[in-house]
Amino acid sequence: MHAIEIRGLSKDYPVGFWKKKLRPALKPLDLTVEAGEAFGFLGPNGAGKTTTLKLLMGIIFPTAGSASILGRHFLDPEVKKKIGFLPEQPYFYDYLSAPELLDYYAGLSGMEAAERKKRIGTVLERVGLGDVGSKHLRKFSKGMLQRVGIAQAIIHEPEVVFLDEPMSGLDPLGRHEVRELIQGLKDEGKTIFFSTHILSDAEALCDRVAVIHKGELRGVGVVNDLRSNVAGKSEVIWEGAHTVAAVSDFLSESHVTGETVRGTVQNDDLDRLLEKLRQQRARLISVTPLHGTLEDYFLSKTREKETSTR
Amino acid sequence: MTSRLSAITLNTFREAVRDRVLYNLIVFVLLLVASAPLFGQISIGIERLILVNVGLSSISLFGAIIAVLVGIGLVSKEIEKKTLYTILSRPVRRWEFIVGKYFGLLLTLVVNTTLMTVGLYIALLVTAHGLKRADALLLAAIYCIVLQFMIMVALTLLFSSFSTPVFSAIFAFALFVIGTFAEDLKNFAAVSQGAMHWAATGVAYLVPNFASLNVIAQAAHEQPISGNLLVFNTLYALLYSGAVTAAAVLIFERRNLK
Amino acid sequence: MNLNRTATWIRALLLLALLAGSVATRRHVEHLRGSQATLEEVLYLPSGKTVKNLSLGYSSLLADIYWTRAVQYFGAHHIQHAADYDLLAPLLDITTDLDPHLIVAYENGAIFLSQQRPEGAGRPDKAVALVEKGIRNNPTYWRLYFTLGFIHYVDRHDFKAAQQAFQKGSEVPGALPWMKVMAARMAEKADDPNTAGYLWRAIYETTTDKDIKQTAVKHLVSLRAQADIEELERRTQAYEQKFGKPPETWSDLIRAGLLRGVPQDPNGAPYKLRLDGTVQVEDAQKFPYLERRPLSQIK
Repeated sequence: MHAIEIRGLSKDYPVGFWKKKLRPALKPLDLTVEAGEAFGFLGPNGAGKTTTLKLLMGIIFPTAGSASILGRHFLDPEVKKKIGFLPEQPYFYDYLSAPELLDYYAGLSGMEAAERKKRIGTVLERVGLGDVGSKHLRKFSKGMLQRVGIAQAIIHEPEVVFLDEPMSGLDPLGRHEVRELIQGLKDEGKTIFFSTHILSDAEALCDRVAVIHKGELRGVGVVNDLRSNVAGKSEVIWEGAHTVAAVSDFLSESHVTGETVRGTVQNDDLDRLLEKLRQQRARLISVTPLHGTLEDYFLSKTREKETSTR
Repeated sequence: MTSRLSAITLNTFREAVRDRVLYNLIVFVLLLVASAPLFGQISIGIERLILVNVGLSSISLFGAIIAVLVGIGLVSKEIEKKTLYTILSRPVRRWEFIVGKYFGLLLTLVVNTTLMTVGLYIALLVTAHGLKRADALLLAAIYCIVLQFMIMVALTLLFSSFSTPVFSAIFAFALFVIGTFAEDLKNFAAVSQGAMHWAATGVAYLVPNFASLNVIAQAAHEQPISGNLLVFNTLYALLYSGAVTAAAVLIFERRNLK
Repeated sequence: MNLNRTATWIRALLLLALLAGSVATRRHVEHLRGSQATLEEVLYLPSGKTVKNLSLGYSSLLADIYWTRAVQYFGAHHIQHAADYDLLAPLLDITTDLDPHLIVAYENGAIFLSQQRPEGAGRPDKAVALVEKGIRNNPTYWRLYFTLGFIHYVDRHDFKAAQQAFQKGSEVPGALPWMKVMAARMAEKADDPNTAGYLWRAIYETTTDKDIKQTAVKHLVSLRAQADIEELERRTQAYEQKFGKPPETWSDLIRAGLLRGVPQDPNGAPYKLRLDGTVQVEDAQKFPYLERRPLSQIK
């Protein structure tokens, strides 16, 4: 049984003055996620990531297709007891305090009162909000709200957690902490489905990713495999700024600071670059191979014209 | 199901209280305290009448205002602010959400009304130096006011489930006014003919009949109110608000939210 | 769609069932309250002035609503030939307090009030008070003097007061000269059936209310019959003087050259000649306002 199975899920919006034309926000999507996986759902803004999540949560209704979560129909209320959701830039009832919110939400998710009492303190500690006490959410900063968001997504111990841009609007410290939290959830064996446009986060956390662009799925695969698909590069650092003009053809990027030049070169061109530098009597400082990045894969997939196959 | 319903009901009540809705009680008390001696100066002997009229009318009016101002945002605010997203990701059925909100606002109004009733009786005790048997009639009048609230909350909830707050407020106020003149509407329907007659009759029955639920004048003039009438008024309020809430559920369950 | 069709149907049926139930219950409640319940509240209203203040600037609209209620109330009672019209005066009072310039409420309302029962409330005194209130609030509207004069003449038989009303009315700028004529008639020919006929004809032609129009027709028809009867009786008297005994049939009169054909009443039924020479209508019920003046008064 897949943790998440999406079959032909699509969403069209009627647009135009007479609402006759259809704008596809999500073209028929087929995707599976296994239990325990951390799955990254990547795409630029407006690609359809949030639409997919809204469909799965029952916030909007599909034009066609279906999905199942943990083996049951995705809208089955029983299934909802086992999933958690953190929406993008979440907003919660600002007149409640964090413990009150969690108590309310956990109750709605089917947790008994005694258990809620036990868990709320623990979860708040875990997300770093152990000392907020009875402060109303109205007074929370963006980062604090994001943590509350995660707290409400996990308070009822779900098996699958859906996160929409969990790092958005956070400062580097906040992002680091959230990353740790997600890693922690992964270690607990939860299935994580998270959408983002920040590739480094996906790279760090996810086992598999999918790339979506303009409503269409462009590629799916294991992160490592996807990275090494893309041709590798190396970073070369040398002294000898006068050489730049001669070698600029080989470089995809270069930075000059005083006499030091740092350049990026495709591995195929590496030998020729080094030869050139020797000829120019540059003083070589270092040669470092760079791994193919997810970004490269991402860019390659999002720059393609629309395809009917993947 | 019941635990979810009661959770949503109580949370809605909590929201109203923390939004300081109950502060309207202060204005109410001031009104009561000021009106009796003020009017009493003008004509002796009708202090009680004035107090009852002002008291009951205020209970009705303040409650109506709360029903509208809070009611129009019951659903639309949650959609606007996207607080619904995390609710819908939970095992809450959409109809439970609507019904829970309904009872939450109704509970707020009942609590508000109860406090006002206590205030009114205290005022009566003080000005009339004691209560009469007829003062029990006030309870019947207040009960009917609560029946009106049942209908008002259902209506504002209905509008909130598909319309923006401004339009909801306009429709709600319009319906309340028309509902007050519901019998005149029926009379008009009775004298018109053909298509006009059927259209007017249809509208007359679709619109809530607040006139028959308004027994303030009788209570003020110490006229008895028949128990039979109370029973059927209760039944009417239950059936009508049930129908309206069912409509709200039908609409909300079909909505693609933002 | 998220919900399957069954769930949708269940909800839709529930909605319809509840709505139907609410309509049925409501009808029962309205039946319990009685058709007058809302109207009776007018008895509990504070003074018109207070109501006007409370209506927050919508007093004119509220006046229209009360006027409509007054008309409905009158119409319903009129049809039932009800014994009393208790709420009529309070309703008209509130209406005219809310909108002192609602002329139709004075004009038609006063007539509803002044007419004898069961055609109207049978309260000419209240009617006079209402019209005088209307005149106070609308001094340049001369037709109200006509209404006043009419009520004094027809329902109170106070010819002097009627004459004064027509006289005052004729002095208002813009009044039709006809008012002066009526004033004069009041003074000299108050008893003449034609006078009443003029008044009722004027009402018939100017009123906007259909009940009043119908009443006017009934009066005019009765007056017509009355005039006919008086004329016929003059001729039977003439016959008696000539031939020593009253005529037995209409043919006698026709042969005597006093009549050209069998006389018919305004409804088309022939008049009945009685043995003592008096004349009657065939169906008295069709002429509820028929008055008989003693023969001695007929000139």
